[in-house]
Parts: sequence; C-alpha cells; structure tokens
Amino acid sequence: MKELIELFTAFARVGVMTFGGGYAMLPILQRELVENRGWVEDEELMDYFAIGQCTPGIIAVNTATFIGQKRKGILGGIAASLGVVFPSLVIITLLAGLISNFAHLPWVKNAFAGIQVCVCVLIFNATVKLLKKAVIDRKTAGIFLLVLLGSTLLDLSPVVFVVLSAFAGIWLKGKEASA
Amino acid sequence: MIYLRLFYEFFKTGLFAVGGGMATLPFLKAIGESTGWYTYSDLLNMLAVSESTPGPIGINMATYVGFTVAGFPGALVATLGEVTPCIIIILIVAAVLKSFRNNPYVDRAFYGLRPASAGLIGAAALAVVLEVLLRCSIYFEEGALLAGGLHRSGGVHIWGVALAVVLYVLTNHVKVTKKLHPIVFIIASAVIGVVFRFAGV
Repeated sequence: MKELIELFTAFARVGVMTFGGGYAMLPILQRELVENRGWVEDEELMDYFAIGQCTPGIIAVNTATFIGQKRKGILGGIAASLGVVFPSLVIITLLAGLISNFAHLPWVKNAFAGIQVCVCVLIFNATVKLLKKAVIDRKTAGIFLLVLLGSTLLDLSPVVFVVLSAFAGIWLKGKEASA
Repeated sequence: MIYLRLFYEFFKTGLFAVGGGMATLPFLKAIGESTGWYTYSDLLNMLAVSESTPGPIGINMATYVGFTVAGFPGALVATLGEVTPCIIIILIVAAVLKSFRNNPYVDRAFYGLRPASAGLIGAAALAVVLEVLLRCSIYFEEGALLAGGLHRSGGVHIWGVALAVVLYVLTNHVKVTKKLHPIVFIIASAVIGVVFRFAGV
C-alpha cells in the first residue's frame, strides 16, 4: 500500500509540473524518476516514452502506466496513472467553475476572441510538426491528404479514418516488404 | 444516462487518438457535433485554458469537457473514460513488450496511423481557421454523408488574420520567441483581444 501511495504522489508531482504535455514532460520525468528516486534507468524511460507515443491515448498516462506496472504490477500501473491525472482534475475543475462565472463579461468575451486567434496558430503549428514526422514518402502523403479531405467533407467519425489507415499501413508496407 | 454516454465517448477517444493530447481534438470536436453538448468555439476556449494550466493537455481537455457537460462528476467520468483504454493497452503491451516492438504488423499499422492522425488534426486546424478567421463553417444536410456547403456568419476577421500572421512568424521564424511556451502567446492574444475588442463588445 505504501508503495502504491508513493507511486500516486510521485506521478501527481509529475502531473502538476508538466506544462503542455508531450515532450515538455520528459525532463520532469527524468528528474523525478531517474535522478530523485532511481526507479528506472534513463534508457528504459526513453523506451517507455517512445512506446507511449506510438500507442493510442495520452502519452503522459501511457508512460505512467508503464513505470507503475514495472514497480507494482497492475495496481501500480493504475495508481501511477491516477496520480498523473489528479492535479488536472482539481485545477481544471476549479478554473472551469471560475471562468463560467465570468464568461458573460465583455472583457472576458474579448479576451477569449483574441485567444481563439492564437489557438488557430497553435493547432496549425501542431499539424505542421506532426506532418514532418509522419509524412515520409508518397504513400504517407496520400494517406494524409485523403484523411484531411475526407474528415473535412464527409460526416464520418474520426474512428473510421483511424481504423482504415491502420489497415492501409499494414497493406501498403506489407506489399513493400514482400516485393 | 449522461455519465455512461460520457464514459463511452471518452473511452473511444482514448482508444483511437494516436499521438498525444492534440490528437484528441478531432474526437472531441466530433463528440460536440454529434451530441450538441458544446460548440467548436467552446472547445477552442477549453483548449486554450488546457494549454495554459499545469497537467497534460489531453487530460486537461477531457476534464474540462466533462465538467462543461455534467459538472465535477462529469469531469471525473470523462477523465477516467479517457485513461481506461490507455491503462489496459499499456498493461498488455508491457506484458508482451519484446514481441510488440519486433512485430512487423504493429510497425506497419503505425506507418498508416501517423499520417492519418496528422490529417485529422489538419482538418481540425482547417475548421478553426475557417470559423475564427474567415467566419464561416462547413455544414451537412440532415442524414447526408457529404458536406452540403459553406455557411457564412460574418465578414473576414481582418485584425484576427493580421494577429495570426504575426503569431505564426513569432512561433516559427523568430529565434528569440519561437522557443517560448504557448502560454506567453495565449496571454498576449488575450490582451490584444481586450484592447482591440475582438468580440465586438
């Protein structure tokens, strides 16, 4: 039990110190888990992080589950994951309640209208960054364009595109391997 | 039962969103459209708050959307729904770690999944540019698969476009500013929005 609580608090610390998620989290994980606690080696952490990125779901939760289960089995994985989401639950809930009370004020409306322009640019930048990593040849460029157009013009769930593209990847790469 | 629906929708998001927090955006957009719980504009505000507060973006967004739909219990249910598939998948992967990493099918599937994830986020980016900067949106007829056309809600947001261009240059091409945390740009945009009355009120 003591170790489970320790896992929970360690990852709650990681959660509260993570600002922005993804790569921003790596140095914090290194300091908390490798240097301060010696729970994992540097290379191991990098491996978990890499797998966490290429499995579905939130990278922070994936990495937490990995390290938690390594130390304390399934319960450890769950304790670490709940730890990493705990600060978000508290902070966002408080903030969301606060914001909804002030949302009707003109200056708050104007501020969010300005922020939305910034969000445009941030999402656009995120797309370009992903694009550079994902589109490595003609076939991947084709998948990108088809999904972009399909998801814009067709009334279909994103799930459909994800499932189809996984099969497309297996088929296209498989053909390449057997050729 | 709104909590069951919330759990189901976020379970699906956690299961199919590949590539971290921003990859959940197209799923959250689809949830808003199919349930009518919130608009895309509401979601963009939640995204901005999620980027500006501590915690992984994907979890912050799940909590925020859940809270918007059904208060604190909603936040809890949405967040747990989103992390449940992550935990299950990783526990399975950890058990078969060696064979997972050397499995050619896993590798091939991700060859297709990565550009698809970029395409989905790209479509979300296109929709936000249309809505915020060009003030129009693509609409669908009831029950139709293909988009019906473009709906205009106002003229082009000229000051918004100008701000977007400046932000794009600062976040990509200016050495001193491109490494800054997004919160800096979000706060600056909020101030500009207030000073120049971006919402027109």
